[in-house]
Amino acid sequence: MAPATGDAARLPGRLATRRGSRVEALLGDRRPPAALLAAGVVVGLAALLPAAYLLVLVVGDAAAALDAALSSRTAGVLARTLALTAAVTAGAIAIALPLGWLTVRTDLPARRLWATLCTLPLVIPSYVGAYLLIAALGPSGMLQDALGVERLPSIYGFAGAWLALTLFTYPLVLIPVRATLRRIDPQLEDAARAMGRRPAATFASVVVPQLWPALAAGGLLVALYVLSDFGAVSIMRFDSFTREIYTTYRSSFDRTGAAGLGAVLVVLMLALLWVSSRIRGARAVHRLGPGTIKPATPYALGRWRWPAIGLCGAVVTISLVLPVGVLVYWANKGISSGSVSVATVAALGGNSLIVAAAAAAIGAVCALVVAILAGRFPSPVSRALERFSHAGYALPGIVVALALVFFATRAVPVLYQTLAMLVFALTVHYLPLATGPIGASLAQVSPRVEEAARVLGRTPLEVFRTITVPLVRGGVLAGSALIFLHAVKELPATLLLAPIGFETLATDIWNQTQFGFYEASAIPALVLLAIAAPPLYLLSERGTVSA
Amino acid sequence: MSADAIALRLRGLEKRFGTVRAVAGLDLDIAAGSICALLGPSGCGKTTALRLIAGLERPDAGRIAIGDTVVCDATTFVAPERRRIGMVFQDYALFPHLDVAANVGYGLGRRPDRDRVAEALALVGLEHEGGRPVHQLSGGQQQRVALARALAPTPEIVLLDEPFSNLDAGLRERIRGEVVEILRSAGVTALFVTHDQAEALSIAERVAVVRAGTIEQVGTPEEIYSRPASRWVAGFLGEIEVVPGTSDGRRIVCELGSLAAESGVDGDVDVMVRPESVAIGLTGPQNAAEGEVTGRQFYGHDQLVELRLASGRTIRSRRLGFPAWHPGDRVRVWFDGPADVIPRQAGVEHAAERRREPVG
Repeated sequence: MAPATGDAARLPGRLATRRGSRVEALLGDRRPPAALLAAGVVVGLAALLPAAYLLVLVVGDAAAALDAALSSRTAGVLARTLALTAAVTAGAIAIALPLGWLTVRTDLPARRLWATLCTLPLVIPSYVGAYLLIAALGPSGMLQDALGVERLPSIYGFAGAWLALTLFTYPLVLIPVRATLRRIDPQLEDAARAMGRRPAATFASVVVPQLWPALAAGGLLVALYVLSDFGAVSIMRFDSFTREIYTTYRSSFDRTGAAGLGAVLVVLMLALLWVSSRIRGARAVHRLGPGTIKPATPYALGRWRWPAIGLCGAVVTISLVLPVGVLVYWANKGISSGSVSVATVAALGGNSLIVAAAAAAIGAVCALVVAILAGRFPSPVSRALERFSHAGYALPGIVVALALVFFATRAVPVLYQTLAMLVFALTVHYLPLATGPIGASLAQVSPRVEEAARVLGRTPLEVFRTITVPLVRGGVLAGSALIFLHAVKELPATLLLAPIGFETLATDIWNQTQFGFYEASAIPALVLLAIAAPPLYLLSERGTVSA
Repeated sequence: MSADAIALRLRGLEKRFGTVRAVAGLDLDIAAGSICALLGPSGCGKTTALRLIAGLERPDAGRIAIGDTVVCDATTFVAPERRRIGMVFQDYALFPHLDVAANVGYGLGRRPDRDRVAEALALVGLEHEGGRPVHQLSGGQQQRVALARALAPTPEIVLLDEPFSNLDAGLRERIRGEVVEILRSAGVTALFVTHDQAEALSIAERVAVVRAGTIEQVGTPEEIYSRPASRWVAGFLGEIEVVPGTSDGRRIVCELGSLAAESGVDGDVDVMVRPESVAIGLTGPQNAAEGEVTGRQFYGHDQLVELRLASGRTIRSRRLGFPAWHPGDRVRVWFDGPADVIPRQAGVEHAAERRREPVG
């Protein structure tokens, strides 16, 4: 039985000839369903829209844009922005590195509690942090009152912007540093010690090199945050790019000037992304050898325990306890003076929730579409769509908003100053935050599992519903929580794109602080913190904040 | 051999990935109710062949028939969910979010028949584990859940992709035996893929040796091992010694003696013999060769003795562990078991081909 050969005469024709080879080259061997591909194309083009329209604006009036971009004033703005970015990044690393080591590798009492507390300042938007610093340290602020002196050194300008941004962005470095410290194989340190290195030398020669990727990743996040931050620099009256763009736009409705400045800022951010990818590539650290990592033996702090607690305590006090305390103080004053109505705050909160939740939900679906295309149907087209979806990452919120304002007013006036446009802007801007965790969770689902379900008699759609969706749910939730967290705090795009009369917590806080109404803004700020804290906590537990 | 006795029929199956032809004109028939192995080195295309049968890949050419139904040819492509195939994946591919019973019942539709689930679980001896999450199970238990899941919808044929490679060596042999038992008692046709010669020889009724995307030889394990169709198959299935000889059509004469010739083999030949079929002793049959022990590896149960014949040719003999042979011992060497004879030309050709193994 079972002859192995023969039957040559009945060989059927080649199936391959039925498919165009060019289509195959673009879409890959495994073709995605048409609906999925169409959805992916829509997402990719939507994500590309702000950058593309910015380009249209700049190229459309190249002379004026170049004028704005190359003026001597721009050179000053550039220098100030770069100085601030460098200083904040250095400051954030200087705070995060010791905190990370203390909370992962030593016998510091209540390590996990300190770790959580040290992550929480991330929840405070930079503009709230900045105005709290002014309320505390500025002219006729709390410190001046308490000291009873005539004048304090001015908080406005570089120093204030640096302090505010450093205090509220260092967790972006702390989170990846802690995650990496937990992953580093302590046996390497044991080996270094066994070879006669002292603890400090071991840390410098063995641990720090392995921390490079984490420091680069965290530092990049801080630098991008500073470049695109609008609230803190504006409140601190520090003329960095974002503030310059905003004032140019507001003062003269000078479209091309603002667009030209925006383009310079985008180039700056792209350069930063490129440099950091080079650094990370060159410094990639791989663990050699098999076996599981044994947990590190905590380093005994001994008499250094108290200074260590003091350091953690100081950071938590300055970046968390004081700001929240100041907020509570002003809120209390506001309530007792009756200047804040519950109904107003509830309406503001509702608006913030609606916008952020819509962006989070739509963004998660878009990210899932892109992740499935890239992960399950790899091809030049799906890779391109995935890259497009990251475009929002390189654009500061104010630039996204600016491009979309011009796009709406020129191309689709119906959409100008509508809620839909605002949600669109926030979704596109924060989409890259969701593709990370969603792509990672999809990558953990072996295609074999989906194939097993197919072979067991279920259609692709049923497999997606009963197998894929339940398995990527965690990643989708994390991705949408990240979008929500950022969208609910977002300021410049909301300022530029919200319908007239539509105020969110963020815009209300901004408006009040513009006039120094600390009492009136304290309660919205507290509500904002309360809304943003739970998703942040969930994310920091998963370690995906820095995704 | 009637047509309805064939559970799976492959004709001219082809699949390329880029420029690599993973499956290059594969023909195979599998009898209903049999257990058949696709045996080949890694990258030979055997897993791709399995995925083509399951419908997880589309072939570039060829025809696949399951029973009497053509599921794939130039004009037909039946989706995997409609092929009524059971598949056990190398890493089992259990659904991590479902418990054992839900995994097994997944192929039985939205409202799985509880009795059938219980039956399938009982078949693999896991009747009391239905409520457990799959990640709590040992590797062997996960293996059996995967098997129960594949068998529950009573498929025509079960495909198993390297089903034992993820198990510890100690566990592997026991589980192998259990799985064969289960497949037999389910009366299902099974096709499994492996790169492990011992595994294929020990559990399959028929073995198809795959090389570079085509079938090199099909036969019973005994046929494949003792009468390999080529020097490559012989070498792939185990250690092999090649002794040149000449055939006059009736008898073959070589350094180790003479043996009866196969019909149609004439002239210069290669005699292929497994080391365990090379006997040594202080005395031997009349026409045994003279040799000297040059080395010895002792494995406990057996020993591999390296010999140099009078002609200078080296050859190995596998003997039981005792008595011990020592370098310098003068011995007689002769055939003691099956030997396979192929024309010299073929042997040379295969030796050359062996150096360009397929990649990927």
